[in-house]
Order: sequence, then C-alpha cells, then structure tokens
Amino acid sequence: MSLSGLLLLQQFVLVLAALVLFTSFVLLAQARLVSAIHAFAWQGALVAAVTTVVAVTGKSHHLYFSALLTLALKALLIPWMLHRLTRRLALERHVEAVWRPALTIMAAVGLVIFSYWLVLPMVQQELTFTRNVVAISLAVVLIGLLMMVFRQQAVIQVLGFMSMENGLFLAAVSATAGMPLVVELGVAFDVLVAMVLFGVFFFQIRESIDSLDVDQLNRLTESVGEDE
Amino acid sequence: MNALLVTLLAPVFGALVLTVLRPLRWAGWLNVAVSAVSFAAAVVLAWTVAGSGEVAGLTFRVDAFNVYLLVLTAFVGLTTSIFSRPYMRYVCEAGMTGERGMRIYHAMYQAFMFTMLLALSTDNLGILWVAVEGATLATVLLVSLYRTPEAVEAAWKYFVLCGVGIALALFGTVLTYFAAQHVIADPEAGLLWSTLYRHAGQLEPAVMRLAFVFLLVGYGTKVGLVPMHQWLPDAHSEGPTPMSAVLSGLLLNVALYAIVRLKMLVDGSLAATAMPQLAGYLLMGFGLVSFLTAGLFLHRQRDIKRMFSYSSIEHMGLMTFAFGIGGPLATFGALLHMLVHSFTKSAIFVTVGHAAHIAGTQSIDHIRGLIRTQPAVGWSLLIGVAAIAGFPPFGVFTSEFLLLTATMQAQPWLTVALLTGLAVAFAGLFRHVQPMVYGAAPEGQQPVQANLLPVAVHLGLVLWLGLSIPGFLARWLDRATELITGAQLL
Repeated sequence: MSLSGLLLLQQFVLVLAALVLFTSFVLLAQARLVSAIHAFAWQGALVAAVTTVVAVTGKSHHLYFSALLTLALKALLIPWMLHRLTRRLALERHVEAVWRPALTIMAAVGLVIFSYWLVLPMVQQELTFTRNVVAISLAVVLIGLLMMVFRQQAVIQVLGFMSMENGLFLAAVSATAGMPLVVELGVAFDVLVAMVLFGVFFFQIRESIDSLDVDQLNRLTESVGEDE
Repeated sequence: MNALLVTLLAPVFGALVLTVLRPLRWAGWLNVAVSAVSFAAAVVLAWTVAGSGEVAGLTFRVDAFNVYLLVLTAFVGLTTSIFSRPYMRYVCEAGMTGERGMRIYHAMYQAFMFTMLLALSTDNLGILWVAVEGATLATVLLVSLYRTPEAVEAAWKYFVLCGVGIALALFGTVLTYFAAQHVIADPEAGLLWSTLYRHAGQLEPAVMRLAFVFLLVGYGTKVGLVPMHQWLPDAHSEGPTPMSAVLSGLLLNVALYAIVRLKMLVDGSLAATAMPQLAGYLLMGFGLVSFLTAGLFLHRQRDIKRMFSYSSIEHMGLMTFAFGIGGPLATFGALLHMLVHSFTKSAIFVTVGHAAHIAGTQSIDHIRGLIRTQPAVGWSLLIGVAAIAGFPPFGVFTSEFLLLTATMQAQPWLTVALLTGLAVAFAGLFRHVQPMVYGAAPEGQQPVQANLLPVAVHLGLVLWLGLSIPGFLARWLDRATELITGAQLL
C-alpha cells in the first residue's frame, strides 16, 4: 500500500510525526541552551497534537485526556521547570559547542535508516502507516540516546532523556492508540519525579564540580590506584 | 488478597510518615516496624498461595514464582532495616549526612521497598515498568546521600544509564502491547501478563522478537548485564551500605524476574518459528559474558564494596545464563541461586559496612586484620565470602552444582567456561579478602558496635539450604519451575 492510499487523518499523523523527528534533529544540533529547551517544548506540543488527531480518528476518549496530559507536562511544565533551573543556575546565555555537528547529524541520519531497517520484518503484517510511525518513534528514541552520548552538558542530556520519552509516547499513541490509562498516568508520574530529581542533581553536580559539564565527572574509573 | 494489600501498603504508609517524622531515633525503629509488618503479611500471603495456588485481583497476580520473591524481598528488607538503624545513626553522628539526609534515607528506603513489591506482584507489564523505573528514582537520591563528588557522579551515572535503559524497555513494552492488540480484543487487558501468556502462541513473532531485544537491553541494564553494567559498581560503592545490600540482594533480582516473565511470553510466540530458542540464546550469551567479565574485574578492584558489586554482576550473569538454558533443572537451580545469592550478598554487604567502619575506609589496601580487631566481623566476612564463592556446605554450592549439571546436559562445552569463571572469581575474591581478614591490624584499630544478627540469620539460612533444602521450600521452588518451564523437576 502506498502512502497516498492512506486515510487523510493518517497522513496527517505521519506529517506530524515527521515534524517530531525534525525537532529531534533541531535539538541534537542546537548549541544555545534556551533554544534547545524551546525546541523540546515544540516537540512536546507536536506529540500532543498527534495524540489529539489519533483520538479524533480512533474515537478513543481517553486519548483526549492523554493529549492534555502530554501538552501540560511535555510542552509546558517541564520546559518551564528547565527554564527556571537555567535561570537559577545562570545558564540563560550558555552556548554549548556541538562536537562535530556534521558528523553528529550524519550519525542521526544513520539511526533513522537503522530504525526503518529494524521494523522491516513487520512489513507483511501491517500497513505502511504503523510501520512508518513505529520507525519514526524509534528514531526519535535513538536520537535522544545519541544526544545523551554526544552532548556533555547536564541540562542538554536531560533534554535528550525527555525527548526519548517523547518518542516512546509517540509510539504508544500512534501504533497502539495509547496504553491503558493507569499505565500512562504511572509513566507521566515517573517522568515528573525524574524531572524534579534532575533539578536536584543539577545543583548537586554544580556544587561538586563547579560546572554542569558532566564530562568532568570522571573520578570513578576502573583504573588502578583511584583512591590514592 | 488482603495480605497482599498489607504487604504493599505498609511501605507506602512508612514512606509517607517517615518523610515528616522528625525524631531520628523513632524513625529507625519505625522503619524496622513497617518492614516487619510487610514481611509478616508476605508470609501470610505465601501461605494463602501455597493453599490455593494463585491470588489474583485488581490487576495483581501472585503465583508460585513471584510469591517466593515477594517473601524474599520483604525478608531482606526487614533484616537490612534492622542493620541500618544503628548503622545510619553512626553515619549521621560521623557527620556524613545530616538530619534531612536521614529523613530522605528512611522515606526512600520504604518507597524503594514499595516499588520492588509492586513490580513483583503486578500482572500488568506497564505497571511493572513504572515500578522498576520508580525503584531507580527512589534510590538515586540515596546513592548521592553523602554528597561527595564521587557520590554525586555515581548517582548521575546511575540515573542516566538506568533511565536510558529503562526507556528502551518501555519501547519493548509498547511493541508487546502492539502485538497483543491484534490478538486480544479488550485494550485494557492487552498488557496483562496472564492474558498475554494465554495467547502467547498467537502473538506476532516478528514483533515479539524485536520487543524482546529492547526489553532485554532495558531490564538487563538494571540486572547489571555486561556491557550495560557501568552504573552498578559506582552506585553500590558510593551509596550508604544498607542501600548496597538491598540493591544487590533485591533490585537485581526484580529486574531479572521481569526478564524471565517476558521470556516466557516470547518463547510462546516463537515456538512455531525457525528459531524457537532465540530468547534463551540471548540470555545465555549476555549471562555468560557478564559472568566471565565480572570475574576478571574482581581481581583489579581497590574498593571493597566495588569488589562485591562485581561479584553481584557475576552471579546475576550466572542466573541469566541458567534461565537462558531453560529446562526444569537449570530453572530450579537458577531460582535457588537467586535465593541464596540474595541472602549471602546482603549479609556480606552488612559485614562490609562494619568492616569499613572499623578501618575508617573502604579501600581494600587499608582494611587489615579484621579477625584480630573484631573476630565476629572477621569471621562473618570470611564465611560470607566462602559461601558466595561456592564452597560446600553452603547453599550457593548446591545451586551452582545444579547449574553445572544442567549445563553439562544442555551445552557440555560451556561447562568449561563456567568452571573457569568460577575459579577466576574465587581467586579474585580470596586474594583480596585474605589480607583483610588475617593481615596485621594497624595500630590503634578499635572494634565497633556491630549488629551481626542479620548476618548470622542470613548465613545460617544459606548453610541450612546447603545441607538440606526443607521439603516445603523444594516443593515451592518446584512449582515455580513448573510454571516457568511447564515441567516439574522433583
């Protein structure tokens, strides 16, 4: 089945999902901290939009609720908390050089291709739609992972972590029309607690190494003679 | 059902009260009391399950497999809380943490127990995920409790690595749910393990295969499988000692429990394909690599808690390997090994806490002459290490012997690797422990006030399990084996 054979609303979901993937790339290569937080907020809003569209197509009412939850949590609350934290840590003007931007982006492109390759076995069983959406969300998850590996600044690593969660949520919503409500609430709760704890850790890290460059957290190694 | 609710709600109550309770002296006792209530309820629950075979309801489901882990978790939680009461007061008096830190410690201890028990008793794979992630969140502040740069680094590493790992597990869960949607009509039931298990044969193999890889990597991070183990030695060595005891003795078990449950689903789904054993092979591979690597790393450790955390990785690797082999004998051995490893390892960490207290450091090079200074601690450490290294007559020997026999039947060549690994690990442990116990004690080393009751109880149980496994326990494990493999051993 080709893309043009899909329902209009499904095509719309795919476009939105592609935009989510696009914001992932923006996040990955964004040097300015505040802009990165904005990009993340946009990503959250797009995931909420996907949820709303799926809710309209599938007529599953609890999805309206999860759309609202995503919008409140991922597009408003968490970006707001991060904004406040950067202000309190005096990092508003922080610019974090991206290590070899071209290479990083190429690695992300590789991950997108890899995700499509990984979901190939699902081809006989499912329609183009699900396969595309699962591949895109997997790519968002993996790019979040890549961000946590390549970027050394604690706040940006947290953004990577949160965008991984966005990818997971996108998969849950668009491929399976949402997990049971109790699970979704549990996940949202965990994400919120994680965000609060990350905030606590920013201060602990700065207190201990006087910076948020987690690259400098290197006291614990496997090398002999660490105590002396 | 009521017993289950008490088991679960006691820690919730404890966590809430301990968050606000001011007097430190009471907090320690309340921590013990709450753990005792939870343990008592777990025993009652086990009794019910032994009679009826299964307790289910409200998306909880307790059968022969998880009930024994529930009792084990509640028991180790209780004994560790008994140890932690005086130990944490010493920590507080030594100025390593303040009153606020102590409140966080006690509240998070109970929150952690709750997440563990919830993960074990729930039937819903989504809740399982939420609980395992919750366990990370509850313990991460405890790892950084001392606020040293090392502790903060360890906690950040733990947080980020486990967070990422567990996120991958959620992706696997979503894929499982996706596979279930084509089989199970009711969307609310699509994540219930028991429902999925009934329909396991119809789940789409291609999707389940992909899902299992993600689930294995995700939960495997928490089990501490190599190469996702990086967080484990750091978190264990930098956190307070009671935390190391429950992390090693319980958290790793729970993550492995999740993997075994999911393997049962995948095995059912792949039964008709060209590679029905795929999940088993994956577990065997990861398990064996972890087992061998950790054994080698034991040799070059400088920190006593770090060393024993590598020993935990080694044993978790062995269990993962055994569950991978499958079959009644290997599974029975793995279940027994889970039990004895938890007892022994938490006893060792408790002893190590005292040893580090005596020497005033965790550095292996500076812990000397324990048996001269305080014979009880020295002997406990020696016996504990003998037990964990797999000496007869301790229970670890029994379970490792069963595992070797099973390997001999299934994959004879791998027995060589296992035996080599066991010898390497044994050598690694003893070359460090021997001088710590027997070496010349430094001038002025004083005995400390030690509470070795938990150690004695744990090691006594391990000895008992090594000499003769009581009939009821054997039947219990056998029923769990039947549940996992479909065949009884005894």
